[in-house]
Amino acid sequence: MEAASITETASAPPPARKVGDILNAYALPLLLFGALVAQFIYEPTATLDNVKTGLSNGMVWALIALGYTLVYGIVELINFAHGEVFMIGAFVSLSLWQTFGVTADTGLALIVVSIVVFLLLAMTASATLNVLIERAAYRPLRGAPKLAPLITAIGMSFILQNVGLLWRPTPDQVPDLIGSHSKYFTVFDVDILHSDVFAVIITVPLLVALLWFVNTTKHGKAMRATAQDPDAARLMGINVDRTISLTFLLGGAMAGAAGLIYALYNLTVRFNMGFTAGLIAFTAAVMGGIGNLKGAVAGGLIIGVIQAVSDGGNFLGLPLGEEWTPAVVFGILILVMVFRPQGLFGEETREG
Amino acid sequence: MTDLRTRWGSFTRVLPPTAWMLAALVAAIAFPLLIGSGDLLDASIQTLAYVIMALGLNIVVGFAGLLDLGYVAFYAIGAFVIGWFGSQQFPNVNGGKGIHILVSDRSTFQPKLDGGRLDIAGIHINFFIVIFIAMAITALWGVLLGAPTLRLRGDYLAIVTLAFGEIVPRIFENSTSGLFGIGSTDFSHGRQGITPIDTINLPWSHDILYTDQNLKPAYWVALGMVVFTVFVNRRLRDSRLGRAWIAVREDEVAAASMGVNLVRTKLWAYAIGAAFGGFAGVFLGSYNNTVNVDQFEFGFSVFILAMVIVGGMGNIWGVIVGAVALSMMNRYGLPQLNNLSGPLGFDVTSISFGIFGFFLLVMMVLRPEGLIPSGRRRLELHESEIEGAEEAAAVGDMSQMYEVRQ
Repeated sequence: MEAASITETASAPPPARKVGDILNAYALPLLLFGALVAQFIYEPTATLDNVKTGLSNGMVWALIALGYTLVYGIVELINFAHGEVFMIGAFVSLSLWQTFGVTADTGLALIVVSIVVFLLLAMTASATLNVLIERAAYRPLRGAPKLAPLITAIGMSFILQNVGLLWRPTPDQVPDLIGSHSKYFTVFDVDILHSDVFAVIITVPLLVALLWFVNTTKHGKAMRATAQDPDAARLMGINVDRTISLTFLLGGAMAGAAGLIYALYNLTVRFNMGFTAGLIAFTAAVMGGIGNLKGAVAGGLIIGVIQAVSDGGNFLGLPLGEEWTPAVVFGILILVMVFRPQGLFGEETREG
Repeated sequence: MTDLRTRWGSFTRVLPPTAWMLAALVAAIAFPLLIGSGDLLDASIQTLAYVIMALGLNIVVGFAGLLDLGYVAFYAIGAFVIGWFGSQQFPNVNGGKGIHILVSDRSTFQPKLDGGRLDIAGIHINFFIVIFIAMAITALWGVLLGAPTLRLRGDYLAIVTLAFGEIVPRIFENSTSGLFGIGSTDFSHGRQGITPIDTINLPWSHDILYTDQNLKPAYWVALGMVVFTVFVNRRLRDSRLGRAWIAVREDEVAAASMGVNLVRTKLWAYAIGAAFGGFAGVFLGSYNNTVNVDQFEFGFSVFILAMVIVGGMGNIWGVIVGAVALSMMNRYGLPQLNNLSGPLGFDVTSISFGIFGFFLLVMMVLRPEGLIPSGRRRLELHESEIEGAEEAAAVGDMSQMYEVRQ
């Protein structure tokens, strides 16, 4: 609707935007940013430290959020089982380390090789799982009322969570291969840890590769076309079913990578870690504008910072803390959903 | 199939529907007399409470078509209301002497050795009064949580309600010294929860209604609550408001242009649906003798939603069947199965949610309208199926054309 009206009046000069409009459109991002600045003035060092933790933690959320946003962009479905795909990715990588007996005492070269190889294996496992989920639970319901695939998604999520429960009934320790909590260097009184560097080193290339794939390759073009209009894409000779499978494959691979990073970052995995992670990542995807890939990454980082600041406790004198963090994140999710359903950055793009 | 259906139809028409309902009611009343007190009776009592919640959620999801994934919030609020008004949670009320309104002697005082009485602290109000307080409070919260979602549809509505369902228990859990750090009253005892909670007693009686050895009266109270809920549901469904709900479910724009007030219609659905959640929450809080944040998980919302969907959204009898089937399976069937499954090597009850997940999946793929769908709902689903088939056929032709051209 909006797009149509814009093209009609394209020749006329755009009407000057009033200050009020801009404030309305950016009230929520400004509010969040303003709160962060205020907190920075209130407690400079602690806030910087929280922002750093949030950004590196947010890398994981960004990777998971990409899976949500890709899938939602193309089939308009909240893949509730996505968090569980992430959990399985973490479980697979831990099992691989356990099977091959890789521990913190193994030589550096072997550790690096194991991380790279197992990263690929975890990504493959999660990607395959995600494709299978689509085949079993979503494809039979294409064209059914929207409620139906949402329900099967929840069903799938519960099934996988219980598979995880049978696999590892209790929280498991991950071997500390990268010396997660040891210090690398210090900037502005903020300690940069091994885990922070590790998260950035693995995530950034993956994000760049995914964006390149979707934006420039032929398959990426097919994905964007299917997201815009599946029927028209089909008429243009695009195999829509295969494109949808490819989307689930990519999303699953990102979740698998996120699982491995999360395992080495937090050094503990449990069967229900996917549920919360999934909801947080979904919040990130919604924040960035669902269907918007760069937005999902930005949303992941923002949510990471919000979480870290809330975890830090004292927010402008308000006694927050870890026990309040889920409520804070979900509260912000509600605010975004109700006031900015198109996302913080305001573009209504799909797969762009 | 049609033959069977007509035969079944003529069979059910031998007696008027009222007679069937009366027969079912008599059977339900006599049920505990046949089975005695035990695991089965305990499971049946819990099931009755779940039936109430499923019927409440059915108003929101089945009648008004608003997908609510945070129904557990109203269970939590209802349970905490009985926790506050039926336990020693607030020991300093009334100078430590407590407030007692029509409760049993056991909740009022402890006899001293010298024959005197020691007042029990805290607020103690009769169960049947608390029910109405809780329904009013949950209905209010239904409106408050529903209001921001009025503009949303489908997935977004589901996610916002889910978020509320996650926030509400967290607020209860963290309000151990004041609400949001204001004041210093302990509202929830954190993760430990509130326990013990007053046992039900009739307002005119000084004795508690039931004991662990004889649970039958608790069953009948729950059954009475179910009958009340079914009665209200049936009357609502056939009322002006009920017809407005169904109109909104089928087409919001058309309903609005026919003069249906969307805001009021949706808010009533949230309020009444929530009130039944609180209604059942009060009973479960008192019956389980504890109110604990761990009871209020997302899985619970899905459990209740599964009852509504498996039974048949929008159909009162279908929802009851779905609730009884799933709840009895969870409370009684799976534990029984567990006794047999030593060789399986794991606790079957621990994966009960996985089994539900499987049921949901299979149900949605094979029979999206539920076990006993409402006639209108079945028509809606088939209509879209027919449209979908036509569309697919058209697209099929096109792709054939494309192949020929290649």
